[in-house]
Amino acid sequence: MLKTTPFHERTAALCASHAWRRWAGYVVASSYELSHEREYHSIRAAAALFDVSPLYKYAVTGKDAARLLDHVVTRNIQQLAVGQVVYTPWCDANGKVLDDGTVARLGEHSFRMTAAEPNLRWLEDNAGGLDVSIEDVSESLAALSLQGPASRAILGGLDLKYFRLAETRIASIPVTVSRTGYTGDLGYEIWVEKKSALNLWDALIAAGTPHGIMPAGMLALDVARLEAGLMLIDVDYVPARKALIDGQTSSPFELDLGWTVNLKKERFVGRGALAAEAAREPQWRFVGVEIDWDSLERLYAEVGLATRLPAQAWRMSVPIYSGAEQAGYATSGGWSPLLKKYVALAHLRAPYFTPGTELEMEITVEHRRTRALARVVKKPFFDPERKRA
Amino acid sequence: MPKFDAIIIGGGHNGLVCAAYLARAGRKVLVLERRERVGGAAMTEEVFPGFRFSVFSYVVSLLRPEIIRDLELPRHGLHILPLESTITPLDNGDYLGQWNDHDQNRRELARHSLRDAEAYDEFGLMLHQMARAIKPLLGMAPPDPTSLSIANLSGMAELARHFRGLGDKRFHTLHKLLTMSSADFLDEWFENEALKATKSASGIIGTMLGPRSPGTAYVLLHHYMGELDGVFRAWGFAKGGNGSVSAAIASAAQAAGAEIRCNAAVAKVLISRGRAKGVVLENGDEIRAKLVVSGADPRRTFMQLVGEKHLPDEFVESIQRFRFRGSSAKVNLALGELPDFTCLPADGINGRAHLRGAFSISPSVAYLERAYDDAKYGEISRRPYMDIVIPSMLDPAMAPPGKHVMSIFVQYAPYHVNGGWTDARREALGDAVVDTLAQYAPNVKGAILHRQVVTPADIERIVGLTEGNIFQGELSLQQMFFLRPVPAWARYRTPLAGLYQCGAGTHPGGGVMGASGRNAARAILGAP
Repeated sequence: MLKTTPFHERTAALCASHAWRRWAGYVVASSYELSHEREYHSIRAAAALFDVSPLYKYAVTGKDAARLLDHVVTRNIQQLAVGQVVYTPWCDANGKVLDDGTVARLGEHSFRMTAAEPNLRWLEDNAGGLDVSIEDVSESLAALSLQGPASRAILGGLDLKYFRLAETRIASIPVTVSRTGYTGDLGYEIWVEKKSALNLWDALIAAGTPHGIMPAGMLALDVARLEAGLMLIDVDYVPARKALIDGQTSSPFELDLGWTVNLKKERFVGRGALAAEAAREPQWRFVGVEIDWDSLERLYAEVGLATRLPAQAWRMSVPIYSGAEQAGYATSGGWSPLLKKYVALAHLRAPYFTPGTELEMEITVEHRRTRALARVVKKPFFDPERKRA
Repeated sequence: MPKFDAIIIGGGHNGLVCAAYLARAGRKVLVLERRERVGGAAMTEEVFPGFRFSVFSYVVSLLRPEIIRDLELPRHGLHILPLESTITPLDNGDYLGQWNDHDQNRRELARHSLRDAEAYDEFGLMLHQMARAIKPLLGMAPPDPTSLSIANLSGMAELARHFRGLGDKRFHTLHKLLTMSSADFLDEWFENEALKATKSASGIIGTMLGPRSPGTAYVLLHHYMGELDGVFRAWGFAKGGNGSVSAAIASAAQAAGAEIRCNAAVAKVLISRGRAKGVVLENGDEIRAKLVVSGADPRRTFMQLVGEKHLPDEFVESIQRFRFRGSSAKVNLALGELPDFTCLPADGINGRAHLRGAFSISPSVAYLERAYDDAKYGEISRRPYMDIVIPSMLDPAMAPPGKHVMSIFVQYAPYHVNGGWTDARREALGDAVVDTLAQYAPNVKGAILHRQVVTPADIERIVGLTEGNIFQGELSLQQMFFLRPVPAWARYRTPLAGLYQCGAGTHPGGGVMGASGRNAARAILGAP
């Protein structure tokens, strides 16, 4: 049996499409309406409400909580201020990425970690000799993500800086609100005890309706995270725990996460390997690619068709070439309805990952494999000022 | 040496597009706008405190995708939100809905006619193929079949190849589209009156023609062009209103180095020895440039800014015959609550999806033709055709939280109304529109906080569109392609050296398309 989230009673009633997606053993809506299109646009033009309860969540508390997390993840957690949140990957001893998520400091000795995969055992195994308690709160803590330009107004003009968090009340329900999200837009994630979940949903819908709030599903989120250039585990990288061969693993540098690796920290898991890798240029990079419209249009015109575009963001491995050489592969891609551009996230080998490099991406046109011109560009594809402002 | 390579007269969207392309090609460009803001008829204004309106043009359907890409308009703030449905309320209390989702649409049509539900897909396929046949024309300077110049001949040869490639059957369909009335053409496909009427409405928008007037079938296709690119979906509502389309283009033009001056009305084009040398502003200032490009409509450009005496007689005659005959008006409403259409009441959050689309008051072809009959004899339609959208449902920032703005396109409101446009006449039009709407959504009357009525005379007075024609000249077959605005001068040039046109009065015409501005820039830059 798949599990349902604490919001299921509401989301199921709204899910006109009957389209659900599995996420960490739960079901969440792929889209509520018959098409995800308006849900996507609500993220960028008004506000979208996502049920993100299936995230793995850990309460890490105790005198040594900061020490444990600092030891596990690549970023500096000791220096994290109370009320601050960071995005970070964490690695195995070989410096290969295991997972990525956020760490929030709720108090001096109290943290919350979110993850895409179960990490209780990993945290416990690294906690030997430390005064720390780790509790898996994945089931007891429900979460909603409220994203979009109107999200601040819906929360009553909440004054919260980017990647900060606050304990507050929404319609007298105690919640934690963090200025985080997976859309690259102004947005918040709201953490609530399971028993208050439905009340919170109702309160947000009521407050959000005058601002055009829409419940939105994973298909809309797929498009937004692509535009935001945010990678997805199991899609854009294979976590080291699941890699069948070494070649499937990735270091943070290869995933364009070099900025999260804090080598000033004396000790953390994978530090040795990462320090060695930092000294040399990475052989792979995770970059943005824009598929050239004119080139795409020509390929379709040759067979007498108007340009076809993917109706949803895709997630598969697509070869990218430089002449006869394979320069790498795209792992996520799709049409940006906002930018009116076909974009993809790709792993490219040196020297092909330099912005401006002209490559070719494989496109199947009328059953025939062809190649369209693709240019390497800087991520994110879309980065509005309001995200941080 | 003049300081500028080119002066663009008028900061409407086409003038701005032209300026952006010229500036990107390294030209020194100056845009002169008469009003205090750019945009022309593509503008947003806070008409009533807290309520923002796209006062004139109100949707984006035809804005050329290549312009969005070339000028990177999304980075300059353009965000087009899809309008996904059209609801036609019927006089029997029911409604006909057209939805974006294929299954939902088919089920809804089948409720009215099983035959039409089936024909709909084939009709869509046919329109798609026809739009593909016509599309190459939009991006090119139209070749003149009577001219023997190399450029024209090669253009004609290209077109001939293109049309031969269509095959017999499609060529015949294209011929029908070019010659039939939209009502007759649709009669060949559908039986449901509301469906035919709603579809034929796009064949009459902005024209002084009715659904039974020959030639309107093509205009139907012209408006379909915006949907050609499938998932591309350029069809919709610009976040922030249509002013944000102009603002994005202006920002792109400025980023490329163009200079834009507002409150700078051009009085005359400076002409010496058959050549445009610059402009004289209303305040008397003279500005010189190598080229002058007019974004104003053909009559304003040639009769007012240039002057007959500088132009060949035959050309002047053709310009005088170019038809404007504005026929449409706008009613903009600030609403304290959402309209509740009795045919489809809003309930809960899921039950409001239809309010994010359009409402079309077009219950039958006869209804539209009758509306036209009134106009033919110089009267406002007693029961007008109306295309209604609620922009605040898509972009809540257009109105205070929980409140709404409604945009109503109204036809027919002839420019040449008997007795002329007066304040009383304007209010009578507003009343006719609100009364008609209230028959379908009775709560609207009590919800109106503010009403703005924009007549063709207002359009002419405020944004300078002759006779209030929203396309800078009727989009009817006798003045399209190589005949727009006049035969032999359809390729953005004019009889005066150094003077070009870039407005919607040139091929391919209006609809916030930007194609005229882009094509003109390409003609100036010597692109094929």
